[in-house]
Amino acid sequence: MSTVRDWAAPNPVTENRSGLIGKPVDRYEGRLKVTGTAAYAYEVETPAPPLYGHIVSSTLAKGRITAIDTSAAAAAPGVVLAWSHLNVPAQAARGTRLNPRSQRASNPALESDRVEHYGQSVVFILADTPENARAAGGLVRITYAAEDADLDFLSSLDLAGPAPGEEDARVGDFEAGYSASEVTVDDTWFSPLQNHAQMEPCATTAWWEGDKVVVHTSIQMVKGGQHALAETLGIPSDRVRLFTRYIGGGFGGKGQAYDDLTLAALAARESGRPVRVAYTRQQMFQATIHRPAVQMRVRLGADRSGRLNAMALEAVTHCARNAPFVEHAASFARNLYAAPHRLTGHRLVLLDIPHAGAMRAPGEAPGMLSLECAMDELAEKLGLDPIELRIRNEPEVDPDNAKPFSVRQLVRCMQEGAQQFGWSRRHPTPGAVRDGRWYVGMGMATAIRGNFLLPAKAGLRLTGDGLATLTQGMTDIGTGTYTILAQITGETLGLPLDQVRVELGDSDMPPAPGSGGQFGAATAGSAAYETAMVMRRRLSELAAGDPRSPLYGEDPTLMDFANGNIVLGNRSESLAALASRAGPEGVYVEGGISPAADARDWSQHTYGAQFAEVGVDSVTGEVRLRRMFGVFAAGRILNAKLAKSQITGGMIWGVGAALTESNPVDPRFGSFLHQDLGGYLAPVHADIVNLDAVLLDEADDKANPMGIKGVGELGICGAGAAIANAVYNACGVRLRDYPLTPDKVLAALEAKGL
Amino acid sequence: MTTIRVNGVDHAVDVDPRTSLLDLLRERLDLKGTKKGCDHGQCGACTVLVNGVRINACLSLAVMHDGDEVLTVEGLASGEVLHPVQQAFLTEDAFQCGYCTPGQICSAVGLLAEVAAGQPSEATADLDGPVTLTDAEIRERMSGNICRCSAYPQILAAVRRAAGAAA
Repeated sequence: MSTVRDWAAPNPVTENRSGLIGKPVDRYEGRLKVTGTAAYAYEVETPAPPLYGHIVSSTLAKGRITAIDTSAAAAAPGVVLAWSHLNVPAQAARGTRLNPRSQRASNPALESDRVEHYGQSVVFILADTPENARAAGGLVRITYAAEDADLDFLSSLDLAGPAPGEEDARVGDFEAGYSASEVTVDDTWFSPLQNHAQMEPCATTAWWEGDKVVVHTSIQMVKGGQHALAETLGIPSDRVRLFTRYIGGGFGGKGQAYDDLTLAALAARESGRPVRVAYTRQQMFQATIHRPAVQMRVRLGADRSGRLNAMALEAVTHCARNAPFVEHAASFARNLYAAPHRLTGHRLVLLDIPHAGAMRAPGEAPGMLSLECAMDELAEKLGLDPIELRIRNEPEVDPDNAKPFSVRQLVRCMQEGAQQFGWSRRHPTPGAVRDGRWYVGMGMATAIRGNFLLPAKAGLRLTGDGLATLTQGMTDIGTGTYTILAQITGETLGLPLDQVRVELGDSDMPPAPGSGGQFGAATAGSAAYETAMVMRRRLSELAAGDPRSPLYGEDPTLMDFANGNIVLGNRSESLAALASRAGPEGVYVEGGISPAADARDWSQHTYGAQFAEVGVDSVTGEVRLRRMFGVFAAGRILNAKLAKSQITGGMIWGVGAALTESNPVDPRFGSFLHQDLGGYLAPVHADIVNLDAVLLDEADDKANPMGIKGVGELGICGAGAAIANAVYNACGVRLRDYPLTPDKVLAALEAKGL
Repeated sequence: MTTIRVNGVDHAVDVDPRTSLLDLLRERLDLKGTKKGCDHGQCGACTVLVNGVRINACLSLAVMHDGDEVLTVEGLASGEVLHPVQQAFLTEDAFQCGYCTPGQICSAVGLLAEVAAGQPSEATADLDGPVTLTDAEIRERMSGNICRCSAYPQILAAVRRAAGAAA
């Protein structure tokens, strides 16, 4: 097992002699996407004309199906089959794991007469056209026996219990420290339930080849999807070939398989035809996971100089009764500010609503909406600038565990951001700046998000035409995986980018954990780097041992790679020539990465500082973003253009979280109030003005051999808090109930007599 | 029988009256570049140009388009040469997952034509004069196309770049 010291030595990526690392090259698959020729899961070519599936969803939150009549649907034009729990083919019982090495357990569809949430699949129709399938779905008659359900989070807080397997994190004596503090803040924030709202609905195309099923599905985790389907069908995983080459947005919501995958595979087997199944937009809201609501109480205690003495963040959240998940909204606070007395923890309410799960920066995204505003309140009480307050509480070592930081440029992010944003022009008194009917204000917040490295493998083939093809059971959900893997492979082998191919999203390829938790680039990228290093060694040995090579007999450890050649002194040979002599298949190697034995001896995070300027309409209470700017530090950046896109995209998610996004549960039905993109308000183009970000130079040599970290989730962290703080600075209204919609702002303005 | 010209190719199709223009393109004509994001006219992923005007293909029945000329994302490039809007999206990284992209691109092509024709929008100050393609105009006119990856700053830059190339 490696140690971080092994990673510190210079290597082709950190030396970056051909300059591919960091270069803002266009997206590898970009041409396919702008011409509409990238085939997403529903769109792949099938070996025969496909049939079309349609899922009928429950309209009940909790209870039992007492009668179900699919006869009219089954007899409708073009219908091939109509399944309910009464006649769906056998699947493994929920939670079965025949193969103990499976990453996921069985997840059967239409499994019983039990209904556990609104929007659960209850009937599946297969027909010759999408129109016939959908029309037949409308002919199904279902009778339910409803049972009492817990649906409303805020009225169920008394049901909250400890998060399973967790204890509160306590350092020092919070209660004593808090009560001894000279200046305190004690307030409660609410972050509502939010939806991923990926543009591509979940979809699967499936067909069988003998006893093997081929599925193209929209999922972030290749192995997870393959194993879930194999376990559900009760077959070995090598009889499931799963592809997921292009994914129309994931954000955590496609980290798991849904019923479209299971039902497409079952229906293709039953019908002997390829089958396409897609969720409707409405089903995306009700039948995939969401970010749960979180109620957060923050208590801060400081001395008059602004040094934190005590800090507590206690979060209460919810999940579905039979699908445990904890939104760890308090965890980030453990690593952010120094304070001797600390308390963080989570409580959980079990509800009978759709499943809660991971959504972009789970934990930090809602969590920072509380603490980072509490810090703003504390700064005002102390008469300190919010940045100065944070600098006074910057820890020397990780305050949770006393580990040293691998690298932490949080203060530099704040200071450079302040300078570039023009923070000095912020008027510290709320309501002091008017622009016509608009109150104008500025706010800031910090950003922190953990860094992770998981085990991963990759394959690499060099062929006689000089092309290097990297293969990995990895995904690109819009994050740029294809592009950065090409850059890493090209730089390590000394090949120009037009001689590098990247193939992803195939369960037959060497496995990687997929996209999530902003671990994708570091994990998949490190595996690609290590594999390219294996290739370098293999090629050097081939050259040294081959009498036809100009490098024959030389020391393979001294050979170098540049401009498509293997080089030693003034002798060189093209990689193409070397590969073509190796045989028709060229040279193939595999390699991989594992976390260093001592990697967790350092506290590893990505950091940033968010700045926002907003206008608050004094007449309507509407909050409009005027400009937004962020400075971030996230290790070595592999592609400046794509990394910035990830970061600004995350910042815009923060705008949505602060101002528009929320999905209340309808207590009558257990459904979400918003089931489409007209009701659920993700930011649109006109909402976003003058938004920019910069990434600081950094290399984290404790993170992985390349010193890179993730950027996919950092941008959302703290972004909403910066906006809420700007709203306060604009008009003196401190709202702690997100999103800050005009009704709430207007009521607060009126309450202030404004 | 519905006769429809798509990307310069004539098709005569016997189409289910329930079939949307979007499903006709995707399922019957095998033009899957046009995306289905919501099927309810709320996301813009299915934007195509019908007789030069951008519409949501999911909100329109195929049988309504007898004799119409449809341009989809597949019809924009000239062989290997990308349309200026496509090239600008690639250069400015105006997309991430790519699913809304065909709709964004068709929408931008339609937008440039609307502005050239002097059609005002909510963001236009002078309703009678020629339209100046300000950032506010672009943002307003592109707001019918949701990008959940939130590439809006990059989309703005791409439309500006393409407008410059067209000018």
